Amino acid sequence: MDRRELKAGQVIDGFRLIEPLESGGMASFWRVTRHSNDLPMLMKIPLLRPGEAPLTIVGYEVEQMILPRLSGPHAPRFIAAGDFDRPYIVMEFVAGPSVTSLLNKVPSSPVEVATIGAKIAFALHDIHRQHVIHLDLKPSNVILRSDDAVLIDFGLSRHDQLPDLVQEETEGPVGTGAYISPEQVLGDRGDPRSDLFALGVILYFLATGEWPFGEPQRADNWRWRLWRDPVPPRGRNPVVPPWLQEIILRCLEVDPEARYATAAQLAFDLQHPDQVPLTQRAVRTRRDSALTVFWRWLRITRNPPRRFHRAVASHLADAPIVLAAIDLEPGHKALSQALAVAVRRVLATEPNARLACVNVLKIARLTLDKLEDAEGRNPQLGRLIELKHWARAIPVAPERVTYHVLESTDPASQLVDYARHNRVDHIVMGARASSMLRRYLGSVSAHVVAQAPCTVTVVRAPDDETAAIPTGGDTARA
Amino acid sequence: MDWAVQRHSRNREALEASLDHARRGGIDRFIFLGDYVGYGADPGFAVDTMMREVESGAVALLGNHDAAIASGTGGMNSVAAEAIDWTRPKLDSTQREFLTQLPLTFEDGGRLFVHASAHAPEHWEYMTDVAAASRNFMATRAHATFCGHVHVPQLFHRSPTGKLAGFQPVQAVEIPLLAQRRWIAVIGSVGQPRDYNPAACYGALDTERNVLVYVRVPYDNETAARKVRDAGLPLILSSRLIEGA
Repeated sequence: MDRRELKAGQVIDGFRLIEPLESGGMASFWRVTRHSNDLPMLMKIPLLRPGEAPLTIVGYEVEQMILPRLSGPHAPRFIAAGDFDRPYIVMEFVAGPSVTSLLNKVPSSPVEVATIGAKIAFALHDIHRQHVIHLDLKPSNVILRSDDAVLIDFGLSRHDQLPDLVQEETEGPVGTGAYISPEQVLGDRGDPRSDLFALGVILYFLATGEWPFGEPQRADNWRWRLWRDPVPPRGRNPVVPPWLQEIILRCLEVDPEARYATAAQLAFDLQHPDQVPLTQRAVRTRRDSALTVFWRWLRITRNPPRRFHRAVASHLADAPIVLAAIDLEPGHKALSQALAVAVRRVLATEPNARLACVNVLKIARLTLDKLEDAEGRNPQLGRLIELKHWARAIPVAPERVTYHVLESTDPASQLVDYARHNRVDHIVMGARASSMLRRYLGSVSAHVVAQAPCTVTVVRAPDDETAAIPTGGDTARA
Repeated sequence: MDWAVQRHSRNREALEASLDHARRGGIDRFIFLGDYVGYGADPGFAVDTMMREVESGAVALLGNHDAAIASGTGGMNSVAAEAIDWTRPKLDSTQREFLTQLPLTFEDGGRLFVHASAHAPEHWEYMTDVAAASRNFMATRAHATFCGHVHVPQLFHRSPTGKLAGFQPVQAVEIPLLAQRRWIAVIGSVGQPRDYNPAACYGALDTERNVLVYVRVPYDNETAARKVRDAGLPLILSSRLIEGA
């Protein structure tokens, strides 16, 4: 189909063309309607003219293959695809500005950068969960719709259970110069952390107003990022706080193993700036010296890194966010020890896990409680110290643990909300011994098991006061 | 679901389990890709089942082991040849007659079904690499070819620009057979696996949505293996049913 043939009012397979939207290099876009469907819709028509780049055709095929497989709020809904003679894809029209609209207001404040970053990270985690790696993440491919970031244009994407049509079509790397990850430059299209690199580039630009690796057009120049590190964001904009520089530079690590293990873990840090473990990345103000870069160049060109391929699902499976809900009331020592044992077991099998130690302070009313006790001490601080003390029994690297004291009149709902908001994969919590009141009101753990969006392990103390309770823990899938 | 594409239906337990599985999954048309006899201990049962299926509308194609019953074991390895010589006297004349009249190919709406390859089907070429896939694409205009012969599930495809590639299908994942591309689906084996997964394999094709799924069905492979051993067939044919290769 030639775009010059298309006119408003024309009907293609029941879809009426309403108005043309801006057209990209590889396709033209029309807003369309169909009487049986009142969802706002977009028709994407690839420009398949003789002599057109093969990637145009393949991109259309890939999108036709992947879009119907994606569900949830972070990708447009697939509606229909045309046939061989009349290729098109109809999808939900996602209303809202793209992240491109933010690029002329840079530098953004650190809070804004973190907020946008967390939204995009959640969107990435959602598609990774569905076996898809985007592989061409850039501002124009992210639409901001109310609370969510929606990813569009899956033409260069990869579904790890389906043939990779892009890889088979091309010899060299495919992507966009400013955002492409080092491993993609080396021809690897199987790592979900490539999307985290691209997100790091976006965050870098939002925070500083400049591109970390420029915008090289020619693929030959994409290789520079394998050895040349970017100017640290604080070197470009001193307003960038150390925690944000830490996050951005971790996303931009050349070795995917050194980046965040999952997009959910990245989002976790973006949502808890005060808990970001700072390393030497946070304090850098200058790029590495020419000599360091030279040695890196020598090492990489002589000995290009080899990578083992893993399924996207396995990347996510061994990097869960584990929430340990710890009861700090006195008199439950056995239970808190049993909880530590259970958490140790969970972490032992999952090397890239993050642990969030959470204590919920039950309060009578939300706003009227005084923050300090009679002696003027902040009860939150005391609990944080206790939480850290509890976690000493767990052999896990400090940069993988965070501590949170929450306040709520309803601890169970608070835990469930927290788990949902932070994409927690597994909650480990204790169940106190049974009591008359508990049987009547229902326990916190029972509420959490019933409502949590993830796996919940409920731990009981082996020699709890009541002998009637079975020992050990029981795991429920909620 | 519309069609199931099956091959290598030689052992009774695997055949029954996968036919039952496919019917329960709502499959209403069957194409069998050949090799009903040759490695299993119940050749009579397998052929009788095929005769019944064909009578009720299924298509059964000829495989090289089926052909060898009448034409001899030339070109076969010693294990296969020994199994054919064991099988031949176990079949009555009606069963042998049924095997000899089976067609080599079946074509329907841009889909070609064949035991080995569209390229000289009677030469039983193995579809193991892109070179063999390329010969198949040249020999037919079909949009998708479904074949067996090789015991490892594979999916070859050819892009509109002529690029050829192979892919190891993941079981139970819907694969859209895109219209712009041409496809060769090597369906795994019902009861004679070689991919270290002893479960039976068949392909389920949704002709309306043009989607293919490689389905694996666990079955009582221990009984099937014991029967093969008790029948005095070569031992490798029995152990393969347990180990899946």
